[in-house]
Amino acid sequence: MPGTQVETRYVGSIGMEVHAELLTESKMFCGCRNAFGGEPNTRCCPVCLGLPGSLPVANRLAVELVVRAALALNCAISPIAKFDRKNYFYPDLPKGYQISQYDQPIGSGGWLDIESEAGPRRVHIRRVHLEEDTGKLMHLPTGDSAVDYNRSGVPLMEIVTEFPPDMSSADEARAYLVKLRAILTCIGVSDGKMEQGSLRCEPNISVRPEGSAAFGTKTEIKNLNSFRAVHRGVQHELARQVALLRRGDRVAQETRGWNEARGETVLQRVKEVEQEYRYFPEPDLMPVHIDDARVGLIRARLPELPDAARVRLVDQYGLSPAEADLLTQTAAWTAYFERAAGLCGNARATANWMMGELARLLNAANLEIEQCKAGPEALADLLAMVENGRISGKMAKGVWEAAFETGEAPAAIAARQGEQISDADALGAVLDSVIAAQPDVWQALCAGDEKKLTFMVGQIMKQTRGKANPGEVNRLLRERMAGGAQ
Amino acid sequence: MEPLTQRSLRDLRDAVRSGEVSAREVAQAHLNRIAEAEPSVSALLAVTADDALTQADAVDLARSRGDAIGALAGVPIALKDVICTRGVATTCGSRILSGWKPPYDATVTARLRAAGAVMLGKANCDEFAMGSSTENSAYGPTRNPWNLACVPGGSSGGSAAAVAVGEVAGSLGSDTGGSIRQPAALCGIVGLKPTYGRVSRFGLVAYASSLDQIGPMARSVEDAALLLDAIAGLDPLDATSVDAPPFRAESAMRGDIRGLRIGVPTEFMGDGVDGPVASAVRAAVEALCALGATAEECSLPTARHSLATYYILAPAEASSNLARYDGVRFGVRAAGGFGHAGMTEASREAGFGAETKQRILVGTYALSAGYYDAYYLQAQKVRTLIRRDFDAAFKRFDVLVTPTSPTVAFGIGERSDDPLAMKLADVCTLPANMAGIPGVSIPCGMDRGLPIGLQIMGRSFDEETTLRAAHAYEQATHWHTLRPEVAC
Amino acid sequence: MPLTLDDVRRVANLARLELTDDEAAVQLRRINELMERFESLRELDVEGIEPTAHSAPLHNVLREDAARPSLPRDEALSGAPDAREGCFAVPLILEAS
Ligand SMILES: [Mg+2]
Ligand SMILES: [Zn+2]
Repeated sequence: MPGTQVETRYVGSIGMEVHAELLTESKMFCGCRNAFGGEPNTRCCPVCLGLPGSLPVANRLAVELVVRAALALNCAISPIAKFDRKNYFYPDLPKGYQISQYDQPIGSGGWLDIESEAGPRRVHIRRVHLEEDTGKLMHLPTGDSAVDYNRSGVPLMEIVTEFPPDMSSADEARAYLVKLRAILTCIGVSDGKMEQGSLRCEPNISVRPEGSAAFGTKTEIKNLNSFRAVHRGVQHELARQVALLRRGDRVAQETRGWNEARGETVLQRVKEVEQEYRYFPEPDLMPVHIDDARVGLIRARLPELPDAARVRLVDQYGLSPAEADLLTQTAAWTAYFERAAGLCGNARATANWMMGELARLLNAANLEIEQCKAGPEALADLLAMVENGRISGKMAKGVWEAAFETGEAPAAIAARQGEQISDADALGAVLDSVIAAQPDVWQALCAGDEKKLTFMVGQIMKQTRGKANPGEVNRLLRERMAGGAQ
Repeated sequence: MEPLTQRSLRDLRDAVRSGEVSAREVAQAHLNRIAEAEPSVSALLAVTADDALTQADAVDLARSRGDAIGALAGVPIALKDVICTRGVATTCGSRILSGWKPPYDATVTARLRAAGAVMLGKANCDEFAMGSSTENSAYGPTRNPWNLACVPGGSSGGSAAAVAVGEVAGSLGSDTGGSIRQPAALCGIVGLKPTYGRVSRFGLVAYASSLDQIGPMARSVEDAALLLDAIAGLDPLDATSVDAPPFRAESAMRGDIRGLRIGVPTEFMGDGVDGPVASAVRAAVEALCALGATAEECSLPTARHSLATYYILAPAEASSNLARYDGVRFGVRAAGGFGHAGMTEASREAGFGAETKQRILVGTYALSAGYYDAYYLQAQKVRTLIRRDFDAAFKRFDVLVTPTSPTVAFGIGERSDDPLAMKLADVCTLPANMAGIPGVSIPCGMDRGLPIGLQIMGRSFDEETTLRAAHAYEQATHWHTLRPEVAC
Repeated sequence: MPLTLDDVRRVANLARLELTDDEAAVQLRRINELMERFESLRELDVEGIEPTAHSAPLHNVLREDAARPSLPRDEALSGAPDAREGCFAVPLILEAS
């Protein structure tokens, strides 16, 4: 009977191709500006339009940035790297080939470490290479397509994980990408903006019965433009493949797109035959020799990487590994934390505030921490005001929201909103009037009914419209109680 | 006095400089000659008369003001139509680029403009420089000025014919497998393929990027040298251009070649080389020896594989270089075909000629899975062997001397159906492209009323020695003074 | 080994060339004549020989990362067979990337 059979368990295998646009001023092979957005076809020249007769000349900084990234990803650097042509036709590819690197990529054989729900894992990286981005396609109301080549020729780094894949779950896929983004932003090679497409990831996914040596047919997912989408997309695709196999169907080798609204992957293209790219050495570009001295110099200039920063944050500030992970998600987060904590002297409060209020507001406004109007100095001031009792924790939230919105100094906002009342005489007067109004409650409290304490505090808060310093109120109340019920 | 259109480029330059004639007079005389000769030779695809007169006037004005004028001020020239000229149609002899006006100048175009040269027009050529007869032009063949029933050679046939008939004093061609030297030989003029990397390729519409090189064509070695002087040198826009010691025309024109060691590779003198051609070359070697050089036979054993190597490597690169003609950003979009892919297919089908398609097919095949190692990679390795042969030869010799073309000009249509016979026209010139070395063709005889070309090849970046030998030979002989009589 | 008509079709497809039947037949014949001539190349012993991909002995030819002016948009679009809304217009794309 089918019901009594043990259901086959499946394991997933996930590889990942990541493309990151490099932070250069100009494009990969011409002097057009490397920027995002803008009017279509306004950052184009004969080279990036692939006009007849034009020739590429490689951007020195782009090469250097890929070496930097490859080193940060523990790769070996090829002493001689070369460019190759990858030939295929598509309207966003102006020359009919993409200049890329085939058999001599700049970096190879690297790895990065991730933490996921399943524990620590090392994800091996097969290669890191340099290529050029394509233009962008848009749709015209007539049903035709339109091409904007502003992005054409923007330097692009491709990072490919090793086969067989080290990752097996959506958690790990996300953790890999989070870590990769942290490293790339930390070393200044990419801005890591997934929503703008400057960091793009294409996981390839297969499943196989547990214990089986042969890998299943893999599919590729495109159009994942947030960590959340990566997690959901991979999870959905793993489940879809398992369901297919359980039904006795086969997984087709295809490219699928993530549909955020429907929360599922949808078929984009079936890959019947492997594309034939006819790679050959790019005759217009000479090989790049990267000698040991140069590699040494670039290595020496690497900043502290997220893994090291994480260990240090745990050590130095007593944070938990998970907290340290969050605060090293990008170099900007680490820098923000360390500056604020240094200024206010309270790392614990800084971490809590950043992971709570700051993260919440950034998320809601869809902003990066670099774009935040309230800098680490503002946060340090705010936390100092809380600590010395000038404002309550509750008030602080309001002050912070205003500071986040406008960039105004927290002290100025607090002054305008009215600071906390901590003055013993002022609070004493309020207390007197509350006791006078509620003599029975006061008697009960003094008789030992501690539950009445909350009520009394609430009354004082009500009279001061929340500005009374709760600690001070508590202290005063206890003092009066100890002083005897008159 | 000699008509302006018969005078050398150097004479014209000096005459304009001294005020003997105005640049406008020079330009106008050549425009008149173009009007007269074009109906017979069809050397030019475009005549830029208005622009030319404007440029000439600018030269005259500068001179009259006493301003500095460029090294080639007032010199009338033509550019092969694979060289980009801003705002002036650049068709590459192909339907697919019909009417395309580049929004930029090639580096050589800009350098010639800066030198004050006056461009009179764009010269006809085989489509995308693929051919040896200029019959592959979508705009009709150019005719050989010595015999209008014959081809001028190719692919720079228009550049050669225009110079030979005096439409211009000099021109630029491009040479991937002999496309400057072979038409120069067949039209009885001087044509130089410089060392690969000597002249910027920026703005030269690519045929085979690792072989293409722009070079001068003129009626004397000195004139060619003056043109090279103006266009050579490092270009930051071309990553394959080389920062070599600069070429200096004057020093190449010092005539003494005593002690020059000449190698005569036997592989270029055997089967397939017409008797009169071989005799003329032998006589030329003797003439050089009479000037104090020494000559010795030698061997380049792998050079005979140049043809096969070339017809793998060049089409492979071409198949990729020509992928950009997709009907999207420039050129002609054909009607028909469904969707974007159908549009691209229809445009390429209608836009490319048969020879171009053949090379795209061969090149795509040579690069495709399963054939890459057997064809493309193999050819690249054989290229290494060919280069080694030349390296060895240049340890013993200063220059190598061969025929430029195994035959004189052949009849129009004669080899159209025999593409292999057509390709044999380049057997003597291809090896220099494989090796990247300079080679010059100069007139060295006549056979049945048609010119014979002598090829002199030199070491990489040693255009000076190569041209010195050519110049010395030229001074000692009269072949370069012969002119075709084209119907007036 | 000579090419077949299928080879020519496959290669034409890769190169986005749409050949008529006549054209394909002629190309096949000519290409095979040519390839036959090149067979000698495949017999050459190139054991241990490095391929030559470039004709000039150069490496590290790189430009500094500095932006320069781009073309004005009308010039960028000037050669386009169909330009609309500041873009290069193409017929509907049926094939996915
Ligand atoms: Mg890629
Ligand atoms: Zn550009």
